[in-house]
Formats: sequence, structure tokens, C-alpha cells
Amino acid sequence: MASGTNQQQKSAGILQAGTQAPQFTLHSTPDQTLSLSELRGRPVVLAFYPADWSPVCGDEMALFNAVLPDLQELGAEMVGISVDGVWCHAAFARTRNLHFPLLADFEPKGAVSRQFGAYREGDGVSERALFVVDGNGDIAWSYLSPIGVNPGADGVLRALESLREKSGASTGPQADERRPASPRGDRGADTEARA
Amino acid sequence: MSEGVLTPDVSADRDHIQGSKSAPVTLVEYGDYQCPYCGMAYPIVKSLQHALGKQLRFVFRNFPLSDSHPYAQHAAEAAESAGAQGKFWEMHDALYENQEALEDHDLISYAEQIGIDSDQLAQDLEDGAYKARVREDFRSGVRSGVNGTPTFFVNGRRYDGGWNDPDQFLRALRTVADSA
Repeated sequence: MASGTNQQQKSAGILQAGTQAPQFTLHSTPDQTLSLSELRGRPVVLAFYPADWSPVCGDEMALFNAVLPDLQELGAEMVGISVDGVWCHAAFARTRNLHFPLLADFEPKGAVSRQFGAYREGDGVSERALFVVDGNGDIAWSYLSPIGVNPGADGVLRALESLREKSGASTGPQADERRPASPRGDRGADTEARA
Repeated sequence: MSEGVLTPDVSADRDHIQGSKSAPVTLVEYGDYQCPYCGMAYPIVKSLQHALGKQLRFVFRNFPLSDSHPYAQHAAEAAESAGAQGKFWEMHDALYENQEALEDHDLISYAEQIGIDSDQLAQDLEDGAYKARVREDFRSGVRSGVNGTPTFFVNGRRYDGGWNDPDQFLRALRTVADSA
């Protein structure tokens, strides 16, 4: 995937925190659909990405797959979205052992990505964009990554933690489950501020 | 997105470290024993250690992506188990030098080759004795902005300069060493 130097960081046009997340229903498998409203009541991580199989996307989905237990511990659901079709998603998810749904923003192509401001018109693919939607369906955090860069999962984790802090113990059965005291040790004690 | 700051910082109490605390450059690698790119990085790190000598301290932390690399988790646990027997680096090297053979029986044979108690290692794997420890490394990596393997940190900051050109990597580390 070509690197998009014209679209860096904060953004261009993705929906920002405080906005209500657009409702959508997309196919998760050839015969099943998933609606954002079905996930109401708990936080949802939406990871828009350009394409199944391209190396960075693969790494990004593999990373979120590995971080999934931590997301679940924070009570969150994880969903990947690209313009690839359901059969492509199925093959990709099977090959990579992905444990979260991939939604096909396939017909009309990119319609949901567009609603989130996460569609690349010239390229015809979704942006590499992350959204955390809270239990009320509002966007709590969003981030647009340069298209060739795996954004990592630390921002999502921080956003989910901050949601949990705000909502106290009311976010669900796992809300008061304390995470292990990791990272531990001296936090940045002699970290040198070198660029 | 991430600030790319190593969290937590290197600690002699828990980290596997080669080199002196007084070295001006500390290089931390988050790696996966089954990841081919980490396999490519392995001799590069060795060459950096050779070139920089006492100027470099090297630290390895686990970042297994188990769904992509089914043997990575046990390989990481095996290295930790060997570490508990005082031979982390011997196992680390054996794993990277034999990346194509990382099934449990292979791990046990490497334990024999490096001269540690292989029954203990087999038991540790079975008990998942170091599973939590490996996960702790993984989580610290996610927090620090690791987005793939290998990811390197130089003096606590993520190094995004490209590691696969050894000369460029060495120049970058020399610059840090000279300015320290």
C-alpha cells in the first residue's frame, strides 16, 4: 500500500470525539450482518483499514488480535472494517486466525467509511483510522494514521481506560476488575528525552 | 500516535540485559522468536554489539504474535525458563539460530544443548510458568507503542529509522553514543 504523505496525523476529515457515531449494518459473513446498535451498552473499537492482505494491514489486524484479551478485559468489542468483500474477509480472517469480526463496506462501496470521514476517494479504500465508540453510541476517541503506518493499540487502550474511569463501575461485569499492575517498575525514571 | 516511550524503563530486576548500565546507548528489542523479520534482525543486533562494544547495552523483551506464529509463545516461555536457570541469552540465541524448528521437543533439545535442566523447562512449558511474564512484556510493548516485530527503542524512545540497513542503524546508534 502506497504511503500517503498528504494525509498525516490528526485530520482531515474523520469524525471526532463528541460526535454521535453513524449507525450502520454491514455483512460480517456471507449470511450474517452486524449493526453498530447491536453493540450498544459497551465500548466498541472500530478499526478501518485499507485492505485485507496488504502487509501493514495484516500486521495491524494481527496486533489487535493479540491485544484482544486486554480490550475484552476493558469490556470492549473489536471490529475491523474495509471495502473488501465477505469472502475475501473470510479467507483473510481464517489465514490470520483473527478472533474478531471483519465487516465488508462493500456495497455501496465505502459508504460507511465515508460516513465516518474515513474513505480515500482517489484510492477507493478506507483510511487507516481508529474509533472508540462509547456505550451510548458516541465517538469517544478517534485517530487517523498515515496509511502506511500501523497505529499500534496504545491509543485505543488509553481511550478505553479513560471511558472506564468516567463511567465508574457501571460499564459492565468486568468494570471493576483491576488490571494487573503492569507496567510495573520505575516509570521512565531515566528515560532520556532524545528525539 | 504513540509517544513511543518505553514503559516501563529498563530494570535490572526483571529485564534480560547484555552490557553495562553505564553504556551510553541502551537498545531494547521487542521480538518474537518465530517472526522472520526478528530472525533477520538477530545477526544485525550481534553486529551492532560487536561494533559498539562497551558503548551498547542490549535488552530483549517478548512480543509474541501467537495467532500468526503458533510456536512463538512457547519459545518465549522457554527463553524465560532458561533465564531462570541463568541461561537466557544462550536460549535466545539458540531460538533465533533455529527459527525453523520451534516445537516443544525442539525447545527441550535446545535446553539440553545449552546445558540446563530440560525436564524443568518441559515442566515450565506444561505449567505455563512464564506465561504471565511473557504477557507482561507484551503489554508493556503495546503501551510503549510497539506496532510490529521487531520494534526497537534507543535510550527509551522508539527507533523508527529502519533497522534492516545495518550501516544506517549503526550510524544512528553512534550518533546517540557520541552525544551522550
